Formats: sequence, C-alpha cells, structure tokens
Amino acid sequence: MTQSYVNEVLCKLDVTLHQETLEVSLVGDWVLEAKTPCLNALLTQMQASSGIKQVVFSTQSLGRWDSLLMTDLIRLIDCGQRQALIVNTSTLPAGIQGLLSLVYAVPERVGARRQLTHRSFFEVVGYMGLRCVKEANALVTFTGEVALSFWALIRGKARFRWVDLALNIQECGPSALPIITLISLLVGLILAFVGALQLALFGAQIYIANLVGLGMTREMGGLMAAIIMSGRTGAAYAAQLGTMQVNSEIDALKTMGFAPMEFLVLPRILALVMVMPLLCLYADLMGMIGGSLVTVGFFDVSWLEYLNRTASSVHLMDLTIGIIKCAVFGVLIALSGCLRGMQCGRSASAVGEAATSAVVTGIVFIVIADSLMTLMCNRLGV
Amino acid sequence: MSKPCLTIENMTMAYGDFIIQRDLDFTIERGDIFIIMGGSGCGKSTLLMHLIGLHAPLKGEVWYGQERLWQSDAATRQAILKRTGVLFQSGALLSSMTLAENIALPLAEHTQLGARRIRELASYKLALVGLSGFEDYYPSEISGGMQKRAGLARAMALDPEILFFDEPSAGLDPVSAKLLDDLIRSLRDHLGATIVMVTHELASIFAIGTNSIFLDADSKTMIAQGNPKQLLATTVDPKVLRFLTRGDTDNTVDASY
Repeated sequence: MTQSYVNEVLCKLDVTLHQETLEVSLVGDWVLEAKTPCLNALLTQMQASSGIKQVVFSTQSLGRWDSLLMTDLIRLIDCGQRQALIVNTSTLPAGIQGLLSLVYAVPERVGARRQLTHRSFFEVVGYMGLRCVKEANALVTFTGEVALSFWALIRGKARFRWVDLALNIQECGPSALPIITLISLLVGLILAFVGALQLALFGAQIYIANLVGLGMTREMGGLMAAIIMSGRTGAAYAAQLGTMQVNSEIDALKTMGFAPMEFLVLPRILALVMVMPLLCLYADLMGMIGGSLVTVGFFDVSWLEYLNRTASSVHLMDLTIGIIKCAVFGVLIALSGCLRGMQCGRSASAVGEAATSAVVTGIVFIVIADSLMTLMCNRLGV
Repeated sequence: MSKPCLTIENMTMAYGDFIIQRDLDFTIERGDIFIIMGGSGCGKSTLLMHLIGLHAPLKGEVWYGQERLWQSDAATRQAILKRTGVLFQSGALLSSMTLAENIALPLAEHTQLGARRIRELASYKLALVGLSGFEDYYPSEISGGMQKRAGLARAMALDPEILFFDEPSAGLDPVSAKLLDDLIRSLRDHLGATIVMVTHELASIFAIGTNSIFLDADSKTMIAQGNPKQLLATTVDPKVLRFLTRGDTDNTVDASY
C-alpha cells in the first residue's frame, strides 16, 4: 500500500526568470515520502547567471510540506547568501517563515564545526607513540597512588569500609569457585590425556602423575585461575568503577573527603590479592583430581599409586612458586581493572571500552609476568 | 473545535499490585500544550510512559485519534508511536553516536531517504534547536542544556504530530529554561504539533501551558483539570492551590475556609 502511495506523491519546482528576479514556484506535496526534483540545476543557474539579483517564491500550488521542503529551502537560501542575492521569503507560508527564523535565530558558533582532518601515516604513528607514552605514564602514576594508599593502610590511616572488603572477597572468592572447578578439572584432564599418549609409548603411564602434578602447581593452576579472574573480576571492577564515574559517584566521594584510591581501589586489590593464592591452591587440587580421573580410568594405574607418585614428585617449592605467581597475577588483574575503571569516560560506550581494555591489559600483564617469573625460576634453579 | 488528538479513557496504572493512579479520564486537543503536573512521586512520569507505549496500563485505554494504543497489535502500536517524538529527562542521546548520527538513526530506519538528505535533515533539526555546527560532536562533549536541545532535535526527527517532554527544564538555568519554553511554543505554532509535557516548573506551566491535569499522590487520581492560569484563579482545592503558588498561600487558604 505504501509503495503505490510513494509513487503518487508528486512535487516539482518551476523556475521562471523575470529580468533580474528569479521566481521559484513550489508545486505539489513536499513531504518525506516524495521524490524531490534535484536542486543542483537551480543552484548552478543561481551561481552562473550574474543577472539575477533577487529570488522570490510562489506557493499557490504548494500542497503539504514538512522537513523535506525545509532542507531544500535552507540550501537555496544559503546558496543565495553566498552569491549576495536577495532571497525574499515573505511570500512563503507563515509556518515556514517561522521555522526559518528559528533556524537562523542562533548563528553558528565560530569554530564549533569540525573539519575532517586527514592524517598522514607518520602523523598517525607519531600520535600512537605519544599515546603509548601517556598510557605508560598513567600506569606508573596509578601504581604509585596504589602504593601510597597501601602505605596509608600499613600506618592504619586508610579510610575504607571493611564490609566492602568482605563483600569483595565474597564476590571474587567463593562465587568464583564453580567456574574455577570446571576449568581446572578440564585442564587437568587435558594435561593427562596429552601426556599419556606420549608416555604410554614407553609404558610409563605412572609418570602422568608427575606431569599433571608439576604442570598444575608450577604453571597451569595459577595461570588458569588468573585468566578466569581477569575475565570475571577484572572486567567487573572496571565496569563498576566506570559506572560510578558516569554517575559522578566518584566525584561525590571526593567532595565528602574520601580518597577514591583508598575507598574504592584498595579494598578491591586487597580482596583479590588475598583470594588468588587460595584459588590457586584449589585449582591445583582440582587439576590433579582431573588428571587422576583419566589416569586411573584409562591407563591402569591405581588411586594409591597416583597419590604416591604425586606426593613424591611435587615439592613444597613447586607449590610455593605457583602460589606466589598467582598472588602477583592477582595484583596485576586488580590493578588493570581499577586503572581502566578510574580512567573511564562519562558515557555508556566508555564503560564497555573500560571493561574490554581491563581484560586485555590484565591478560597481557599476566602473560608477561608469567614468562618473566618462569625465566627467573629457571635461572635460579628452583 | 479541533478534533481530539489523544484521549485517555478510564485508565488505571499500577506496578504489579501497587496502584499508582486510577480512573484517569482526559482529552488532549490538537495544538495543545498539555501539562501533566503534580507533586513528586505522584506518577507523572509513569503516566508519560503509558502514553508513549513503554508501560501497559492495568485497565483502560489510550486513544490516538481513532486508534487504540494498547489493545492493538504490536505493528499498529509501532505505527502509532512513529508519529510521536519523546524528549527524555536527560536527553537520552546514544553516547556512542554523534549528534547527527543520533538524529539520523530514526530517519534511516523509518524512511527511504538517501544518506545526503538524511544528513541535511539532521543539520536542519539541529539548526532549529540552535545547535548548527555541532553535528559531529558526541553527547559527552556538549553541556547538559545542549544535550537536552539535541534530544529535542532527535525527538523531532520524523516530524511527529505529538511531542512528549519529560521535565524539559530540569537542570537548566532560568534563562535556558525560558529559551526552551519559547522554542517549544514556536515549534508548536510552526509545526502544528501537539505538546504533552510532564513538569513541575511553575514558570513554564504558566508561560506556555494551555491545558493541564493535576495528579494527586494521596487520593491516587487526578484532582484538577484545565488551563493552568484559570486553575490558579478558580481552584478551591488546597493541594492544587498550594502547588500552583509554591505553598506561599498556605495561610490564606486556611483563612478563606
């Protein structure tokens, strides 16, 4: 129905030139559904012929009109003004005149309009470099501020609510157990399967216990826990703080004399640092259980043998290294989450960006820190 | 006189079991600047949400001309609501889009126009609200008053027959609020639109309102109706009078009884 209607809507433009006056007759319905005649020919005529001094409108046959006519009229008037023509709008209907006076009531603010600037390749690289420097600067500043607030905590002068700390611990500890259980069990299973295929070639299935035990405690337990927590808690921190930024809640805290670093950031970092080693231990255990399921189930090793092998191959040092690593990851996750949250702009899209970049930054930091620490352990021979 | 534009018929609004307002019955004529007023928490904004299709009434109906809003199917409701524009309290511009993109959004969705024409329309609507040159700004880069005007430009994108305003002058300085009032009035005059406004800004109510209803939170229904200026002169209801005089005549009301 609408399609046929579109075709029936007609509007056209008749132009007649009387000596120095150009008369523009508006004919038909100038509504959004209509196919409008192209203005360009008329505009070219206005620009080309120097004889024209004045433009007048005739609206005897004008039917309905809406914003479509207005935009065309504005183009006409703007063009006329550039050519220093007199555009006489007094014959237009009162409604159109009123709207035109509104449009031209507030002159465009000088310098407000944005020019689309084209940047050369080198300029883009330069700006990227400058942004990296700024980012690094922000990171160092933020770390410094966190250190200061920890110093305040040690001196007993940090002001935050202990109930916030407890809530944060609840949120990133017990609430995270189901997902940690699932992922760690599966990682243990996978490690055992991959290892078993090779070790079975030598009839050395019993060594799967060593592989899984050491692999989980030294590397995978902590790493998997950290990556899960980065996606879970790091993103949540960034989104929480970002939304608080959008709602001016952080400004409100500042005016009430609270330091946001102490009141918001400190309990979050503390919670994660306290919880991460425990999560790491739990992930290690789950991984070993996963490994034992495969080994006992498929490779003819008894539970007791598996337990004995694990006990003799995994030393306290391995467990400690894994836990220390995981505590470091906890600091990094909390830092990147809080940093992105505090840097968040004041709009809905900025909160999304903050959460995304918190996870990305967190995982990058985790991987870099893990490589460094593994290298250090290797060199130290532990 | 002119035919009714919007008729609210025996409407009861509730959130779950909690009744907000009951038995609302009133008519908004074409060309009216209709004010919905009342104290805080009486259900003004809720009423607006019922009128613009965001919340279904417990009972009763909203008529747009001869068409039912709530007892129609979803497609009809969409078609009716396409003829309305809403300015939300804080502008509610989409923050990930520039002003021009915000205005272009409904145009691109509901019309067959080309990109260039849409851009021209967006510039025109921004010029109408005094924001020419700000097409490529993001909402977060302009002031609150400008956001509100940009929200108005977006509400007008499809040349609506009815414009709804939720607290248009909240958070604006008196001069900006006055300018916005003038703008609303001239848009009504030139576009021939009907304006429905939720507000408790007395200056605006008296300056531009042509008809109004007063919602009361205690009795949970409307307790007064009419042109605000006449209402001030003729009402005997102490609550309405207290509202319209900012409570200044508390004593005189008591004395006159």
